[in-house]
Amino acid sequence: MSVSEMFAALQGALGQDQDIREEIRKVVQALEQTAREILTLLQGVHQGPGFQHIPKKCQKAREHFGTVRTQMESLKTKFPADQYYRFHEHWRFVLQRLVFLAAFVVYLESETLVTREAVAEILGIEADRERGFHLDIEDYLSGVLTLASELARLAVNSVTAGDYARPLRISTFINELDSGFRLLNLKNDSLRKRYDGLKYDVKKIEEVVYDLSIRGLNKEAAVGEK
Amino acid sequence: MVYLIGSGGFRKRKHDNFPHGQRREEKENVNPPSALMTSFKSFQLELDTRHDKYERLVKLSRDITIESKRTIFLLHRFTSAPNGEEILNESEVKLDAVRRKIKQVAQELIGEDMYQFHRAISPGLQEYVEAVSFQYFIKTRSLISVEEINKQLIFTVEDREETTNMTSNSHDKQPHTWSLKVTPVDYLLGVADLTGELMRLCISSVGNGDIDTPFELSQFLRQIYDGFTFIGNTGPYEVSKKLYTLKQSLAKVENACYTLKVRGSEIPKHMLADVFSSKTELIDQEEGLP
Repeated sequence: MSVSEMFAALQGALGQDQDIREEIRKVVQALEQTAREILTLLQGVHQGPGFQHIPKKCQKAREHFGTVRTQMESLKTKFPADQYYRFHEHWRFVLQRLVFLAAFVVYLESETLVTREAVAEILGIEADRERGFHLDIEDYLSGVLTLASELARLAVNSVTAGDYARPLRISTFINELDSGFRLLNLKNDSLRKRYDGLKYDVKKIEEVVYDLSIRGLNKEAAVGEK
Repeated sequence: MVYLIGSGGFRKRKHDNFPHGQRREEKENVNPPSALMTSFKSFQLELDTRHDKYERLVKLSRDITIESKRTIFLLHRFTSAPNGEEILNESEVKLDAVRRKIKQVAQELIGEDMYQFHRAISPGLQEYVEAVSFQYFIKTRSLISVEEINKQLIFTVEDREETTNMTSNSHDKQPHTWSLKVTPVDYLLGVADLTGELMRLCISSVGNGDIDTPFELSQFLRQIYDGFTFIGNTGPYEVSKKLYTLKQSLAKVENACYTLKVRGSEIPKHMLADVFSSKTELIDQEEGLP
């Protein structure tokens, strides 16, 4: 092969790669749109009356996740199945966002942490790399950390809305989450940076709990719940 | 450290495995650990395993880089050495050693998605491409193809001793052959760096009284430059970035040819070296070499 023939072949390969990325970008854009819709829907829980509508919002969110699953199916077809990490950067951000949203819905429904397998099911993807388009563990953890920040905000707004019991439950949850994260040996990457924000969320919630307990409002809440 | 853990309720629901957070604060160390903590322990293991593999690959990549660079330095001595054959043989020995390292890289990547670890090994592979294509040019005066490079990176189980050493993947079916494919981008980046070495070869060959090589190199580099121009911006940013340096290397070689053509007849051969050595000093200063 002459030099020019070699470069022509290489250019072909590069062009093909660009085409695939263009297709992926289109689907990712659609996913981002759906994610925004779910986020807008769920953000409503921070408002006073929003607390009452939590079950309804969760239900609606789950309907939107149906759209997500369809879009994921489309995304899977855009590239060779064994080259997930070649194109991973394109959907990493939106996937982390979707993990957060799924985790938020599950928390609002059951006040528990959604498992990796459960999120994968909600999003219509696999939990293991070997089985196909999967949820990378770091993306799962990033999404969970975003949930922590959201719950810190929810704790604050719960008090404002008059719900004095919820922050206490959030506190327990976040503290256990923090213990879990402390087990991890993270490298100095974006996950690590996001993890560094967790301590501020913990602190914020502790302050809310403190504000409630020195005023005896937490006991009031405990009594109210019996 | 206070562990606030749910009151031992391992209720298994359809979508989650974690117990409710407690309403009253309790300070206690719970045996056994909660489902959440168990999960995170497994995450710890998974992340540690991944990071360890990445580190092993980084180390291999560094070794590959160093040995490839040494091969390149060796090959530069080919021009001035009377025993060119010896140098080529030695370079082949060195490159075989590099390929053995690449074999270890390929072994680590069995069953993995190569792209997950690509950043760890890319620098080494680029350096290897540079070295092997440099050797190929010296031998054949032509450019090695990426297919030719990858043909040499197909590895087989050679003897029983090697099979027993491969414990990391013992639970998988051990393949009889495995390979590493240099990607088009790594190939292009390696070839771009090669042009820098060829430029140095041009300057040093004149210093040795070889006035044919510069013209051969000029033609060869022009072909490569044309190739990169054809690719233009359709590749990733790192490829486009190399184009600038490549243009400079080509210009230096073309200027050397010009000087030879114009002044070659008027300067006695033994003084040609002096003309180009002062030029070489200038070039090295530009590139920031000591």
